[in-house]
Amino acid sequence: MIVGERKPLAEIIKAVEPYEKILILGCGECVTVCLAGGDREARETALALSIARQKAGKSVQVKSHTVERQCEYEYLESARELVEEADVVVSLACGVGVQTMNMYFEQKQTLPGLNTTFMGMPVKQGVWMENCLGCGDCVLEETLGICPIARCAKSMLNGPCGGSQDGKCEVSKDIDCAWHLIIERLMRFNKLDNIAEVKPPKDWSTSHHGGPRKTIREDVKL
Amino acid sequence: MSKSNLQKVLESGAFAVTGELGPPKSAEREVIEHHASYLNGKVDSVNITDNQTAIVRTSSIACGKIILDMGIEPNIQITCRDRNRIAIQSDVLGAAALGIKNILCLQGDHATFGNEPQAKNVNDLDSINLISTLKKMRDEQELLGGDKLEAPLNIYIGAVANPFADPFEYRVHRLAKKIEAGADFIQTQAIFDMERFERWMEQVRALGLHKKAHIMAGIIPLKSLGAARYMKNNVSGMLIPDHIIDRLKGAKDKKAEGVKIAVEMIEHIKTIEGVAGVHIMAVAWEEIVPEICERAGLLPRPTFD
Repeated sequence: MIVGERKPLAEIIKAVEPYEKILILGCGECVTVCLAGGDREARETALALSIARQKAGKSVQVKSHTVERQCEYEYLESARELVEEADVVVSLACGVGVQTMNMYFEQKQTLPGLNTTFMGMPVKQGVWMENCLGCGDCVLEETLGICPIARCAKSMLNGPCGGSQDGKCEVSKDIDCAWHLIIERLMRFNKLDNIAEVKPPKDWSTSHHGGPRKTIREDVKL
Repeated sequence: MSKSNLQKVLESGAFAVTGELGPPKSAEREVIEHHASYLNGKVDSVNITDNQTAIVRTSSIACGKIILDMGIEPNIQITCRDRNRIAIQSDVLGAAALGIKNILCLQGDHATFGNEPQAKNVNDLDSINLISTLKKMRDEQELLGGDKLEAPLNIYIGAVANPFADPFEYRVHRLAKKIEAGADFIQTQAIFDMERFERWMEQVRALGLHKKAHIMAGIIPLKSLGAARYMKNNVSGMLIPDHIIDRLKGAKDKKAEGVKIAVEMIEHIKTIEGVAGVHIMAVAWEEIVPEICERAGLLPRPTFD
């Protein structure tokens, strides 16, 4: 899923200062699951914003709404009425949702109310971990399901670096050394041979470094 | 093409000695010259660190040229942290054009350690990719992308190894990969845990790696108890056993004890089969290197015509 964190309220308050009619728009997908930008957070944000403005003695009309999926045009139509009557929309979806909103309702500004942090998963209640960078050339087969690109702080292909100690990354004791995990897992499956060969430099052109990407599927295009 | 002095020493079978300089946070040529002057004639080559611990300092190649002008052979460190393959290959050609022959390939400490913690970590290549890239440039006269170089490149390729990082059992295999990628010589992380270093060397010998590359053992003379504690707690990939800390703690003259520990370690390392030399990292304490070399019986250094 895409993981995010709602922006600090003060930042949102400042961003919507010039506007009176504000729509806080949540998304029912990833950011709902990671408890950052779903319906509950949209309601809470709307309420907090409303209280803050009233305390400051300024009038405001804040509504909240949540669409099933903000990153596809077809789910946005249901919000049309609310979007059109608002002066501005604050989206609690990921950056994809914010951009989809701005493209679909191009006459209206949709501002980000959330910082999109990474693609990852919940590892336990309240803890999410980054584990994919979308590099466009998956190596998880060789590393038995642990990504060295996303989970090694240096994205090493032939790791681990000299800073790995007691299974932890040199960057922080809160980060597991991905290569330590990879080696343990390879040993468990008796597959250390997977990393015996020197892996050549990565072709980063399949990643964002090759420029913004687009997927075109001729077989499903209309 | 003429070999580097370090290569000549290592290939002669003599026990090699390298030193290390950390460039200043300034553009003062005389500061570099001052620190380097202590090492002149005492070591076979001097490493110049590349923004070590991600702290911005004068460029390693520029400092390398400055000490080269003094008659000291540099060993330029290049990390993967700050430059992509375009910049690295360009800098290697530039360094070689300036007469620099030894290049040490490192991954580089993560930028969060340094004085620009908001920097983008490049890591386009990893350290093993860097080694194989340099080998390709030298042995195949070809850039990574396949373009031919217009003239041969004369470089001697080094790499680092850390026997004190984890997982320990895998460390020797990583060394093997570095050597397979093209490392001619290896400098290890500073040794304080001699028992672990000896276990690692056993594994190195078992795989015959000491016959495929020259392995130099890292030494850091401890200047104070504070320095030892700092390294133990804050330098990534460094192990300092308590008995070393206790020895310093019990000593009246900490510096003298630090030198004594370093000399004893070198004496011991000389007896370990497969170790081709020592790499003495007395950064900001270069003036102690002549004494350590003298007392450890490393002088005079061999010369070649």
